Order: sequence, then C-alpha cells, then structure tokens
Amino acid sequence: MPHKVVSLISVGRHPQSGRSRRAEQDSRAVELGLKLAGTDLDVVHAGNTEEPTLRQYAGMGLPSVTVLEQDEKADAVESLQSYLQSEKVDIVLTGVRAESGESSGMTPYLLAESLGWPMVSRVADIVEVKDGEAQVLLALPRGQRRQVTVKLPFIASIDNAAQAARQSAFGPGLRAKMEAQQGSESVDEIRLNWEEVPAKARPKRLKVVKAKTAADRFKAATAKPQGGSGKVMKNESVEEKAKAIFDLLVEEKVIR
Amino acid sequence: MSDIIRRDPRAEWIMRNRLHPLHDQYVSQEEGGEVRGPSGLIRKFPHKVGFIGPNGIKRIDRLKGNSSAPQGRRSSAAQEVQLPLHTVANPDYYIMVAADMVGGRLTSHDKDILGLAHKLIAEEGGNGAVVAVCFGEVKEEHFDTAGADRVLHIEGEEFEGYAPEARMQALAQVESQYTVKHWLFPDSIHGGCDLASRLAARLGERPATQAWQVNAEQAVSRGASASLDITRKTPKILMLLEECADAIDETRHEATPLTLETFSVAAPTITDQGLMDVDPNAIPLGEAEFILSAGNGIHNWDQFHEAAKVLGATEGASRVAVDDGFMPRFRQVGATGTWVTARVYVAVGISGAIQHMQGIGQVDKVVAINTDAGCDMVKRAALSVIGDSEEILAELMKLVAEHKQTSLSDQAEENSNAA
Ligand SMILES: Cc1cc2nc3c(=O)[nH]c(=O)nc-3n(C[C@H](O)[C@H](O)[C@H](O)COP(=O)(O)OP(=O)(O)OC[C@H]3O[C@@H](n4cnc5c(N)ncnc54)[C@H](O)[C@@H]3O)c2cc1C
Repeated sequence: MPHKVVSLISVGRHPQSGRSRRAEQDSRAVELGLKLAGTDLDVVHAGNTEEPTLRQYAGMGLPSVTVLEQDEKADAVESLQSYLQSEKVDIVLTGVRAESGESSGMTPYLLAESLGWPMVSRVADIVEVKDGEAQVLLALPRGQRRQVTVKLPFIASIDNAAQAARQSAFGPGLRAKMEAQQGSESVDEIRLNWEEVPAKARPKRLKVVKAKTAADRFKAATAKPQGGSGKVMKNESVEEKAKAIFDLLVEEKVIR
Repeated sequence: MSDIIRRDPRAEWIMRNRLHPLHDQYVSQEEGGEVRGPSGLIRKFPHKVGFIGPNGIKRIDRLKGNSSAPQGRRSSAAQEVQLPLHTVANPDYYIMVAADMVGGRLTSHDKDILGLAHKLIAEEGGNGAVVAVCFGEVKEEHFDTAGADRVLHIEGEEFEGYAPEARMQALAQVESQYTVKHWLFPDSIHGGCDLASRLAARLGERPATQAWQVNAEQAVSRGASASLDITRKTPKILMLLEECADAIDETRHEATPLTLETFSVAAPTITDQGLMDVDPNAIPLGEAEFILSAGNGIHNWDQFHEAAKVLGATEGASRVAVDDGFMPRFRQVGATGTWVTARVYVAVGISGAIQHMQGIGQVDKVVAINTDAGCDMVKRAALSVIGDSEEILAELMKLVAEHKQTSLSDQAEENSNAA
C-alpha cells in the first residue's frame, strides 16, 4: 500500500541577493517526498497562488501544487492543520526553519502537537516505511547519524544533510497545475506588534582581560597560551604509554 | 611625644656618604621606614630603590610588589582566589536554563545563557534563582562558578539517550511544580532547539527563536534566515544564540540540587536505534570530533592510515605532510588549512608550529606523540607521550583491537543470554 506523503513548502530567500527562491530545506523535503511517494507526492503551500517560486518547486517534476490561499499576515499553521486533518496523511515533511518570515521553526512542532503525532527533527533520510513504522536517520552534529523508529503518521523536519534537491525544470514548472483551496483567515495578531528591521551585524566578542596591573595585561596580550602543561610520559614502557592514550580516548568516548 | 620632626644631621651625612664606614648600618636602620626631609616631605633615597637581582644586577620594581609574580618570591604558585558566594534563599521565582551538556559538561553556549539568566534577574528584581536543568550523564564539576544557583538533574532510564519526548514531558512537569519566569534554551543543534520547540508547543507559548539581545522588557531575535531583527516583548520561552551575554566569572553560586516529583512518562512514539557507523573520513575535517593528525614524524604511512581506520578517527595532517605529498591538501590543519573543532586531537609527530596551533585552538583535548619532549605541541597537550610514533601507534592499535573484540563478545553474550 503506498503511503500518502505531504511536503510543505515555503518561499525561500537567497542568502546573498535576498531574492525569493525555493527554500533549501523545503526543496530537500520535496526531494525526499519524491523518493518516498514518486509523483503521488502532495506538495502543499499556504499562501499566494500567484507566487512564482512555487513554479520552481513544481519544476522538480510535480504535476500539481496544492495552495491553501491565505493572506500574508495570516497564520499558516491553522490552514495546514485543517488540511492535514481532512486528508488521510502518513508522513508530513517540512524544512527545519523557513527562510522568510519569523523562521522560528515552530510550524512542524505546532502541527504535531495539535494533531497528536510524533515529530522527528533534523532528518537526513527516511530509509524504510513498513508495517506502520518508519526507519528514520537523524542528522546529528559533527556528521553523526542516529537511527530511530517512529510510528505513522508522523511529521519530520528535513535537515541540510538530506539529499540535495534535483534541478528544477522551467517548462514543466510553468505547466504544473496550482490547485487552490481556501485557507484560514485568522490574522497573526501577536506578530503585528513586533518591530522588524533589517538585521544589524552582531558585535564580535572581544577578549576582555580583567587584569589589575599593566604587567598582567601585557602578559595576557603577549604570552603564548600554555595549556596548563598536561601529563608527560617519558620513561614508561611503550605499553604503558599506549595504554594511557587508550584510556583517555575511552574516557572521552571517542572509541566505542 | 611631640610630632616635631627632629633631624640628625650626622646620620643624614653618613647616609649620604656611601663610603662612610657606618653607612650600611644607618641605611639598614632606615630600611622600611620613610625618610622625612626638614619640611616634613618624604624623601626618596635613590641608592636604596630596588634590590639586587639573582645575577647581581640591580632591579627596580616600579609596580611596588603589585605585579602578578613578585620577583623576590619566585615560583610562588598562582593562588586560587576564592570568589564571593552568591546565595539565594527561598526564591520567589526561577529562571530555568535547560543546558545542552554536550559530553556531560556545560558548553560555552550554556555558560553564556546562565550569565544571561542572572542579567535578567538583576533587571527584573525580586528574589530569583537560576536553575541549570540537565539530563543524562553529568560530568560537570563547576556548576558553582558557571552561575547555577540550583541544579535540577533529571535522572531516569527513560530520559537517557535520544528521548526528546520524555525530556519535554519532564520539563512540562517542572513548569507545573515550580514558579518559572523564563525558560532559556540554547538555540543549538545539540538538542536545545528541538526540546525548546517541543516545550513551547506543549505549553502553548510563543517562543523567541534565535534571540541574541535580551533584557527584561525586550528581546531581539533573528528572523527570515538571519536577515531581520525582530523586536518583541520578552516571552516566557527563549532560544538564544551563542554569545548572547557574558558568562559569570566573578561570583560563585550555591548549585544546590533541586528535586522533581515523580510523574508518569507517556510511552515514546520514537524509539532510538542507536548511532549509525559513519565513515570518519566522510565527515568534513572542520566538524570531525576525533582527529588523528600526522606530521613530519610519521615514517610509516600505511600504518598511519591503518591506525586511523582502527581508531575510527578522521585523518588530519600538518603542512609538511601535505607538501611532501603524503596527504591530500584538504586534510591540512592550521592557518592555511582547516580550523578544526574536534574534541580530541591526536598529533603524531607534529612539532606544533604556531601556524598549526592556530588551527587547533578550539580543540578540547590534545594528545601528542612525539620524540621531542621540548616541542610546543607537548606544552599544549593534555597528555604527551615521548617516543617513536611507529611503536606507539602499533601498540595502540593492538589495544583498540582487543577492546573491540571484548565488547563484541560481550554483546554476543548478551544476545545469547537474551535469546
Ligand atoms: C605562511 C605559512 C603558513 C603555514 N600554514 C600551516 C598550516 O596551515 N598548517 C601547518 O601544519 N603548518 C603550516 N605552516 C608550516 C609550519 O610553520 C610548520 O612548518 C609545520 O607545521 C611543521 O610541521 P610538522 O610539525 O609536521 O613538522 P616538523 O616541524 O618537522 O615536526 C616534526 C615533529 O615530529 C617529531 N618526530 C620526528 N620523528 C618522530 C618519530 N619517529 N616519532 C614521533 N615523533 C617524531 C619531531 O620531534 C618533531 O617534533 C605554515 C607556514 C607558513 C610559513
């Protein structure tokens, strides 16, 4: 039985030019969705049907994109929730963080909480979906991977470690159908009170030396860092030396 | 006695005349006491300033003994200063800091956030306490100097390993048991962001994510892939970027343990299958956790590659090893190579030139294997082993192979017991 997979997409922002584009993580979510469900993948956007970047997603080989029509100021979670509830969905894929708007990354969590589904964050790959369970690979820091099993239906946010999105084809993108549905109309009231300005560069933290005398400050500025000189093993046997290194590696848990 | 200053012209004359036979006697009499001139002004006796240094050269200490290492008492070990203790009795509210505790220790990110929590309490006033909330194995010994008034260590099998759902429920329980003013989380990939989002969704709070400038009234956070600064009222749950405030460094804190009432944890819907084996050489050098790095002191390159494979370490190299063609350029560590962030860095036959040291500035534990006990790498290392790299690597590989054998047979035994 094929599973019903939904990928949620949003409008991205190019980090240098600031132009709208397909979002990095959302397009990876579409890529993973295509791997799991082929062209049966349902791709959903809450926002404006006329948005040109939706065509860039569609150009990845999607026959159609579902758009829940709503105003820019409206909250996307509500429309998405009612959509997901009405369809019989098994897997929902999103990005970790949107590239526009608040980019809080809360959307999948709020959806999971209101639908009562499990939420797995920072997914690198979904290896297998079988017997109402999915084997999911999570991306951990330092290039590590963790495998978890999660029951269907669930929501997954896709990390940058997932497979990169395929090239988008312009023509098929233009020909794709935009299936509009009515989205929610409730305005995100809290956000209206926020003040939004272009980001200021964050100050770099300076190394402040709290020294009482000029000599101390001079020393702090010029002295070579001394690592408190660790243990030095000189005259022990080779076995003892190797054992000392081995113990340290085990203690630091880099050898398992 | 009257305070009229009486001069002794003869004594003054003798003190002025260094050749006088009684000069030394008078000078030593004056030692310590100040000399007053006829008008009561303090007079300095230029010949008496300073002292004779160890190699017979006169030294003048213009810092008047304030310098960190007083010359007279050499090798007096730097004294551990006892910082003043900051106590909070019966706090009215708490600020919870859910620390990442990577490897069981507070990260610098965690410490910055503890510092921010104290800043928030200072601004809000009232009797507030900062609580460090941690899960799993804790190796940290310095909660007190990091600024934790209380430590809430939530223990239990269900919270070990990868258990974001159980941990979130524990935090929700904390919320119902204590008066919590703010929840502060590191906005990090080590789980802080995930946990915070889960808690925020459960509590129905709208968090500020990627916050970087926070005070009691307002929080400034980044939005739209860090191109917007959003200013809003400081919410209850905050996820903070690195360097959002300065860590505590001038006070000590109580770090008394708090307890959490037992509660029932719902069965997890996500089950952990453990870490996967990844090819260490596929991990980018800058991200790798464990690096075995080769320098000019490696003569058996086949053995080195073998050792990296056995240890499961990512390979690194010094520039000389790269220039000589033994390692590819992208493996070079240092100023003109990659700046690594490893936790453990094993430098085999690397002398520790400054260009190389720059690249390993962020490394926690350095292990040096070198024939030269005086080289700079040995000074930087937490553990240095003086000896031939080939012998030591061979011995080390033997130990690791044995270790793997025993842990494999242990596992097999467990499996057969279970079956
Ligand atoms: C502009 C500039 C940029 C540079 N950038 C970098 C950089 O990014 N990264 C970098 O690494 N270097 C850089 N260098 C080069 C740097 O200055 C040093 O030359 C280099 O790091 C030395 O490498 P090494 O420690 O492997 O070799 P050496 O200095 O030759 O040290 C070899 C060490 O191995 C030990 N040894 C020898 N035989 C054995 C044995 N059998 N067993 C155990 N130990 C043994 C020796 O005691 C010695 O300590 C740069 C230089 C310049 C000028």
